[in-house]
Amino acid sequence: MKGKKSATLEDAVGRIGDGASLLIGGFSDPGVPEFLIDGVCDLKRRDLTIITNNPGFRHGGIVRLIEEGCVARLVCSFQWGLEKELDGFRQLYDAGNVEIVPQGTLAERMRAAGAGLGGFLTPTAVGTDLAEGKPTMTVDGREYVLEKPLKGDFALIKAFKTDPRGNLIYRKTARNFNPVMAMAADYTIAEVQEDVAMDALDPEIIVTPGVFVDTYYVTGWYKIGKDRSG
Amino acid sequence: MSEQTNLLTRQQIAARAAQDMEDGWLVNLGIGMPTMIPAFIPKDRDVMFHSENGLIGMGPPPAEGEADQDLISAGKELVTMISGGSYVHHTDSFAIARGGRLDCAVLGAFQVAVNGDLCNWRLPNQTSGSVGGAMDIAAGSKRVFAMMSHTARDGAAKIVAERTYPLTAMQVVTKIYTDMAVISVTPDGLILNEVAPGLTADEVQAVTDAPLNMDDVGTINVAA
Amino acid sequence: MKNKKSATLEQAVGRIQDGATLLVGGFGQPGVPEILIDGVCDLRRRDLTIVTNNAGTGHSGIARLIEEGCVSRLICSFPWAKESFVFKELYDAGKIELEIVPQGTLAERMRTAGAGLGGFLTPTGVGTDLADGKKTMTVDGKDYVLEKPLRGDFALIKAYQTDPRGNLIYRKTARNFNPIMAMASDFTIVEVQEDVPIDALDPEIIVTPGVFVDTYYVTGWYEIGKERNA
Repeated sequence: MKGKKSATLEDAVGRIGDGASLLIGGFSDPGVPEFLIDGVCDLKRRDLTIITNNPGFRHGGIVRLIEEGCVARLVCSFQWGLEKELDGFRQLYDAGNVEIVPQGTLAERMRAAGAGLGGFLTPTAVGTDLAEGKPTMTVDGREYVLEKPLKGDFALIKAFKTDPRGNLIYRKTARNFNPVMAMAADYTIAEVQEDVAMDALDPEIIVTPGVFVDTYYVTGWYKIGKDRSG
Repeated sequence: MSEQTNLLTRQQIAARAAQDMEDGWLVNLGIGMPTMIPAFIPKDRDVMFHSENGLIGMGPPPAEGEADQDLISAGKELVTMISGGSYVHHTDSFAIARGGRLDCAVLGAFQVAVNGDLCNWRLPNQTSGSVGGAMDIAAGSKRVFAMMSHTARDGAAKIVAERTYPLTAMQVVTKIYTDMAVISVTPDGLILNEVAPGLTADEVQAVTDAPLNMDDVGTINVAA
Repeated sequence: MKNKKSATLEQAVGRIQDGATLLVGGFGQPGVPEILIDGVCDLRRRDLTIVTNNAGTGHSGIARLIEEGCVSRLICSFPWAKESFVFKELYDAGKIELEIVPQGTLAERMRTAGAGLGGFLTPTGVGTDLADGKKTMTVDGKDYVLEKPLRGDFALIKAYQTDPRGNLIYRKTARNFNPIMAMASDFTIVEVQEDVPIDALDPEIIVTPGVFVDTYYVTGWYEIGKERNA
């Protein structure tokens, strides 16, 4: 069986090239793969598209990627960067490179990509600004927006434990987007607190089957939301 | 300045809204004022709270030493989970929100129109809004209640004949709780159900940009 | 807290009326709620539409429902298994209507209903007989069939354990369609082997949150696929 474990952070994220699209897990701090993000920052990649729920406003994590000029495009449901006047957000926004997507639609678009579907109809955002430019359809008397799948070149996710096959379980509200992102990327990189032996995880409780995971990096427990930037 | 002293506090609005959360409901609370509601739910009433980030059965804030960094609410505050709760990932969380499993969503609002249009995700002068789960939850819940100050900081009415702010969801609001009144939104127009103690129906109408039916107006029962 | 436990089988299934659409769990025999089906048979309901994967095995479960004349329409993915001879006989006699749906599409149509969506685009079935009469769309150069949601009046599902809130876990390949069907009906009835106290189920392992469950009936363990009718 091919080994999925990355011994170093660079092993884990090194294949991410300039211009890649990254699905990054997390809802606020829980579930954000902070080590993997730091790894990408250290590689000094450029021109990245970041798809995530909310980039936050502390000087770390995804905000660090933006401030260090790595990001060309941001897709998210919630951002503080503009209001807080963080470096890099204004430029991204003025260039028309910030796309706001309703959170459920964001999740569902990635699920559609992971599930091999071509799109779906949602009642969310009908009649609002966020439906502008998108086709709508009426089915059985109700109006829907037609949304397209959203996939990423890479998914950077955070899980709790993995076994050697990459079967993952998560922890509390740190689960959030991570499972759906694991499915919606060409290459999924998971940051885990612990790796356990084969058969140590009860098959009934596995949330992300290893088929969706390409590599994992073990970090141990760490306090989330700390600014680790230089 | 008699209107000022007769306005309800945020806790009092939350206490009033909590009275209308029915036994057995699954409820989603928007960030801000609605998050005060759980503390006022009567002890013998079973109401579960869904948090969009994948928590079914949101409980009160953790006690000293009990905080878990991985357990937060949609408002990004540390919380606990009640007995019988569960964790789900985001597509399941939003399947619940969009799929009609929320009996009620109590959301903050910038504007509510007579036809029930809800505006709460972006102000007109904001460069870019942050929608989060607002549109999904508003479009998918069985009921949407709005909870807000009756007027904006500049005194402008927030309950209007026709919305002027960016829309969150079309025609979803059925009840409004403010610091001045409780109002029902119906196909026949707005009905003024209750006013804050010390206020008159006319005072409420004066700061509401749409006609209020005042046939049967009670007084808000303000919890201690 | 609302009591979701049905003390008797009749309590569990009694509200199902003639003409109802029932989503019935199971793939082959594992996961088929045989006791609930027996209950529906005993009520002598008529004109039911059954949505399920297979058309029954031998004379028990779904085959019994069909044999006793309760079913006027079957929506399924795989009707012509050798063991579904009861269905075949009635179908050939013109007594049952059949709609064949690809299995993934069947699952996805129910998930779509449960997720509050208006439809989805799937590559499955494009250009085949099973796309007849359905709308097709081209998105980014690829063809898809537009499929609509599929809801039931009732879901009859089988799970392994429940707690008093109706939080469910399943057992091995008996999981199959059951979780999706729980989401896609107006009233979900669950047959469980055991009920356990509140907090006995780890919240991380719950597959079907109790919000989707209306009532449950405890059966204990039983050998599946045995005929129990008189």
